[in-house]
Amino acid sequence: MVWFGDEKIMEITLKVFRYNPEVDKQFHYETYTLEAEETDRILDLLEHVKGYNDGTLSFRRSCAHGVCGSDAMRINGKNVLACKALVRDVGATITVEPILGLKVIKDLIVDMEPFFDNYKKMLPYFINDSPLPPDGRERLQTPEQRARFDDTTKCILCAACTTSCPSFWASDEYYGPAALVTAHRFIYDSRDEGAAERMHVLTETDGLARCHTIYNCTNACPRDIQITKAIGELKLSSLTGRID
Amino acid sequence: MNNLHQFDVVVVGAGGAGLMAGLYASRGAKTAVISKLYPTRSHTGAAQGGISAALGNYEEDKPEWHTYDTVKGSDYLGDQDAIEFMTNEAIEAVLELEHMGLPFDRTPEGRISQRPFGGHTNNETGKPVRRACHAADRTGHMILQTLYQQCLKNKVNFFDEFQVLDFIIVNGKTTGVVAVELATGELHTFHAKAVIFATGGHGRIFEVTSNAYAYTGDGAAVLLRRGLPLEDMEFFQFHPTGIYKLGILITEGVRGEGGVLINGNGERFMPKYAPTVKDLASRDVVSRAIYTEIREGRGVNGRNYVYLDVRPESVINYAAMDGRTNPDGSPYTITGEQVLAKLPDIIDFCRVYLGVDPITQMMPIQPTAHYTMGGIPTNKFGEVVIDSRNTVFPGLYAAGECACVSVHGANRLGTNSLLDLVVFGKHAGLKAAEYANGVDFEKLPDDAEAAARSQFDSLRNGSGKENAFDITTGMKKVMFDDVGIYRTGAIMESAIDKILELKERFKHVRVSDTGKIFNTELLNAWELGNMLDIAELVAICALNRTESRGGHTREDYPERDDVNWLKHTLACKENGRIKIEYKPVVITKYQPKARVY
Repeated sequence: MVWFGDEKIMEITLKVFRYNPEVDKQFHYETYTLEAEETDRILDLLEHVKGYNDGTLSFRRSCAHGVCGSDAMRINGKNVLACKALVRDVGATITVEPILGLKVIKDLIVDMEPFFDNYKKMLPYFINDSPLPPDGRERLQTPEQRARFDDTTKCILCAACTTSCPSFWASDEYYGPAALVTAHRFIYDSRDEGAAERMHVLTETDGLARCHTIYNCTNACPRDIQITKAIGELKLSSLTGRID
Repeated sequence: MNNLHQFDVVVVGAGGAGLMAGLYASRGAKTAVISKLYPTRSHTGAAQGGISAALGNYEEDKPEWHTYDTVKGSDYLGDQDAIEFMTNEAIEAVLELEHMGLPFDRTPEGRISQRPFGGHTNNETGKPVRRACHAADRTGHMILQTLYQQCLKNKVNFFDEFQVLDFIIVNGKTTGVVAVELATGELHTFHAKAVIFATGGHGRIFEVTSNAYAYTGDGAAVLLRRGLPLEDMEFFQFHPTGIYKLGILITEGVRGEGGVLINGNGERFMPKYAPTVKDLASRDVVSRAIYTEIREGRGVNGRNYVYLDVRPESVINYAAMDGRTNPDGSPYTITGEQVLAKLPDIIDFCRVYLGVDPITQMMPIQPTAHYTMGGIPTNKFGEVVIDSRNTVFPGLYAAGECACVSVHGANRLGTNSLLDLVVFGKHAGLKAAEYANGVDFEKLPDDAEAAARSQFDSLRNGSGKENAFDITTGMKKVMFDDVGIYRTGAIMESAIDKILELKERFKHVRVSDTGKIFNTELLNAWELGNMLDIAELVAICALNRTESRGGHTREDYPERDDVNWLKHTLACKENGRIKIEYKPVVITKYQPKARVY
């Protein structure tokens, strides 16, 4: 039986990547020590440091429970959401850095524009210009058809996957896992009619082909989306011409 | 980027209501959507349970029943014409979302799946009805994504990570907003004919809340400072099931799927408080029940939490005791796999934050500050109204949680908020575009940005004696303890004094970050100012209302008092003091009666 309210208190050493574009020529690390409960989120630690040690520490966050995707960061070298990583999972010595492959603007805030640009290239919206059902009600979809693309509906665009991918780091052409997840969500939705258009976008450049099945994306995804598998399905469809 | 922009319609906020408003307004007028977050980070994305509409895909249902349930749920404070409007629009609204591609869960026949939810009933039998249309337990996420995608498809203009600081009024008419671009620290003026506020609620004034950091009541605070009234601010909803201490929401959908609440003695206690619908009673009823159990010493291990039990064997056991059946009449059963399939997100929350597996263990929960029933007063078209005669403020609109139509009255039913967003977001957008096409721009004042600049200057030049974090913590504690689920006059009076003291101390906060680029410290300090203004108003309005109704429970006035209090509160700031007026509740079909679940 677990009794809640008896959490252990720990001494934490928090080393944080700092960069102020208006002042710093180079990034540097600052180390803070603080007390925390083992069930505290790393986000809670950052908020504490911001409140009491250094108000200039800047990071994005909103929901604080892993659904909005604002606070993807590298914590002890792994891409996670700062609000889902707990002290008891990470340990007492913690290094916090911005995600890689996107330009650092300030401290832990990176430029998300290239990431969202790739998302927008996927025609990331429902496409169906056919007439609605005669009764004006919902387009029918069986539970099985719905389940086909369920996994990729979960994406919160946090960029943890894309910024953990060496192919993304190496190439401006590769769309990155998150964009491909978005493409998958629509291509395998039985109601959507834009599959051909999107497959064309995926295959006219190396935007899809540069996935080398490294698998970092799947490991990084805070929503447990089977990203590599989804990208594999896209590759197979691009070869066979079949969406199923 | 040039810092002066001109649009016919400006939408502030890009959650469900803001995106819907932007989508509809942009079809008729040049529109911009301004948001302090990337749109997909908006708090709509945290909504779990579902969006309600009397589609009747599993069993018989009618909009009239939905209307009555909402009126009763509001403890008879909701405006019945607006509620009827919303429930009659509901079916179209949900179908429109599906036509936009929203991936609802499906029935075996391929129709939109619906589940039972607190307070939603078949009015003839009084039993729960399957009205909540859902996409797993992340319906809000799907609505937010789908609406954002539609906005991209329709090339809506977005200004992401711009914080609106002020509302510009010229000749008593809407003239635009002033915003700061977070990436540069530059002030921007958006010259507009119509402005729609869709800025969400203010749950962050409370210590334990399900709300995102962004929920600091910005739209309401900006308009309050400009002399406009806010309506029904004493009514705040505490959702019964938040994760103990963290406040993270565990959807009512868990109880919809058969989960039950258990106290420290192992008893399922809800039948004592709500004999007919038990664990699916309205949220204020359940929150009070949990709070009472805890206060009377029946919390788990004497602490301030109880358990939520959705282990299949418990669900099946209690469903049999309740006589709950499937639509075909067979006894209701569920397996571990089914629980995992229907409620994957909350299972994840429990495993991550509590180390508890809901399929084999009970979840520790406590009530959490969840939803703002009150807000910017509007009529049913989303037009902001500023007095007891519902005089419309030209060119100003509000929709979503920041608005008070009022469809939720003193307490909101689950799944009615997502519905509120899409219905009133749409109508506010339509009305705003129509209005904008019929008027000219008012001339901008000479220094439109002066007030915003001055607020920032005060924060930058404070004495530094006080720490913003300390003030925030103090405010949250006072509000959660003293203006929370159970309220008493003398305690609230002292709470108001404490908040005024915190406001004085706030004047001595000094923002240490002197930079312009992503100055989040300055932004947070500005948000704290909003929260203090709102907290003061909530406490004063709560003290003022000497009755108990819906989510507002007075231990010193425990009864509902329709003779003196069947009316909406309108509170505004005049010469530094809060002035309170009232306006009547619109009653069409349902006369108030005793509210029993």
